[in-house]
Amino acid sequence: MYSRKHLLGLEGYSGDEILEILDHAKAFRDVLERDIKKVPPLRGITIANLFFEPSTRTRMSFELAEKRVSADVVNFSASTSSLKKGESLRDTVENILAMKIDMIVMRHGATGAPHYIARRCDSIVINAGDGSHEHPTQALLDLFTIRERFGDLKGLRVALVGDALHSRVIRSNVFGLKALGAETTLCAPATLLPKGVENWGVKITHDIEEAITDANVVNIMRLQLERQSSGYIPSLREYSRIWGIDTERVTLMDKDHMIMHPGPMNRGVEITQDVADSDESVILEQVTNGVAVRMAVLYLLSPLRREALET
Amino acid sequence: MIELMDKTHLERSLKRIALEIIERNKGAKNLVIIGIRNRGVYLSERLKAHIEDTEKVEIPIGSIDITLYRDDFKEITASPYIGGTEIIFDVEDKDVILVDDVLYTGRTVRAALDEIIDFGRPKSIQLAVIVDRGNREYPICADYIAKQISLKESEYVEVRVKEVDGEDQVVKVIKE
Repeated sequence: MYSRKHLLGLEGYSGDEILEILDHAKAFRDVLERDIKKVPPLRGITIANLFFEPSTRTRMSFELAEKRVSADVVNFSASTSSLKKGESLRDTVENILAMKIDMIVMRHGATGAPHYIARRCDSIVINAGDGSHEHPTQALLDLFTIRERFGDLKGLRVALVGDALHSRVIRSNVFGLKALGAETTLCAPATLLPKGVENWGVKITHDIEEAITDANVVNIMRLQLERQSSGYIPSLREYSRIWGIDTERVTLMDKDHMIMHPGPMNRGVEITQDVADSDESVILEQVTNGVAVRMAVLYLLSPLRREALET
Repeated sequence: MIELMDKTHLERSLKRIALEIIERNKGAKNLVIIGIRNRGVYLSERLKAHIEDTEKVEIPIGSIDITLYRDDFKEITASPYIGGTEIIFDVEDKDVILVDDVLYTGRTVRAALDEIIDFGRPKSIQLAVIVDRGNREYPICADYIAKQISLKESEYVEVRVKEVDGEDQVVKVIKE
C-alpha cells in the first residue's frame, strides 16, 4: 500500500506504487465527469502552492485538483530574481510552519529544493518541478494517459524526444517507464544529453527515425528557445528538421500509436501543426488527466490518511 | 461460525423486500436502484431482477463506492482500492432504493447519502439492507430489512453472495 510521506520524485518507486497512484487517478478521473466535480476527502486540509518559477498550467492544474478534493488553497508566488538559494528559502519555510499549513506543492529552479524543505519542515511536500531534476506528477499523468490507452506498459515501445539535458519531465518519465517495464528510447542531439545518460537504463540514439520506428508512444519535449542562443543547437530550423516530429515521421510509428507533449508547444519547432492537431495526439487529454492524477496524489499523501495508516 | 440465513431464506427475503418496495412506492415507475460497493451491488442486481419480474418495467441501476466520502480514514486500510462510482442516469426527482448488505453504525449510509446528493436532488432515498445489526452511531434507519439481529462487538455478520464468496448465505462470526 502506498505509504510515502512526500512525493519528491519517481526515483526508487516500484511499479506497484506507481500503479496504485494510477488506479486512484482513474477513480478521480470519473469524478471530473460529474456535474459536481468535487469530493470531500481533504476537507479541512490546507495546501500552499509555492511556485518559485513561473508556471500557469501546472499551478492551475494543482489548484483545481486541490479544490476538487475540498482542500483549502493558498498561493505563494515569488519572482525568481529576488530569491537566493538557502537563507530566503528557509525564511519562507519558517513562515509557513507558523501558518499551520498541512501540505506544500512546490516548484523551484534549484534541484533538491523540495527535498531540503521536506527535511526541514513538518508538512508534506509535493514536488511540482525542481530545477532539471524531476517533475513526478507530469510523468505520472503521462503514464496514466499511456495506460488508459494501452493498458499494461510492459514491453510497450516509448520514445522520449527532446532536451534530455535540461528536462525534468524526461527524467521522471524514465524512472516511471522503467518501473512499469516499458521499452524506452531516448532521442536527442548529443549536446542535449547529460553526462552519465548511458547509465539510465534506456536506449539512447541521436537518430529520430531509429527512435520513432515502431514506437507506440512518442512523448515530445518542448525545445526551449534559449537553447539556440546558448550554442546547444545551431538553429531552431535545424533542430526542427532533424528531430522535429512531422506527419511523415509519425508514419514510421506502430499502427497503434499515440503522440504526447507536456506543453506548452512550440508549433513548428519540435512538433508540426498537423501532428499536434492530429487524431492520435492526446495532448489535451494529458491536461485533463493531470488534474485527476494530482487529485490522486493529494489523496494518497493526505495527512488524515497517513494518520490512519500509522495507527 | 453460525449460519443465520441459508440460500433459500435469503432469496425469499429479497423477493419479499422487492414486493415491499413496489407496495410502498405504488409501483416501480419512478424507481432507480443504487448498490453500495461491494456486496450491495450484487444484492441490488437481484432486487432489480425481482422488481422487474413483477412490474415489467426496466429500472435503472447504479453503484457507488463511498471511499472518498468516508469520515474515517482507518476504514481504508481494510479496503484501500477505490472501486469506482457508476451512476449514469439522473437521480433528480427519483425514488432511490439504496442497497447494502449490513447496517451497523450508519456511517457508510451517511457517506452514501452525501455522495448521491452530489449527483442531484432525489425525490426520496429509501434504504434496503439484508441485516440490521443495531448499534447505530448516527440517526440512520433502514426502510426494508431482511433480518434484524443484535450482536456483541466481538461478533460480526457476513452476507455472502455467490458472485464473490461462492454461495449465498448469511453467517455470524465471532472474532478471535
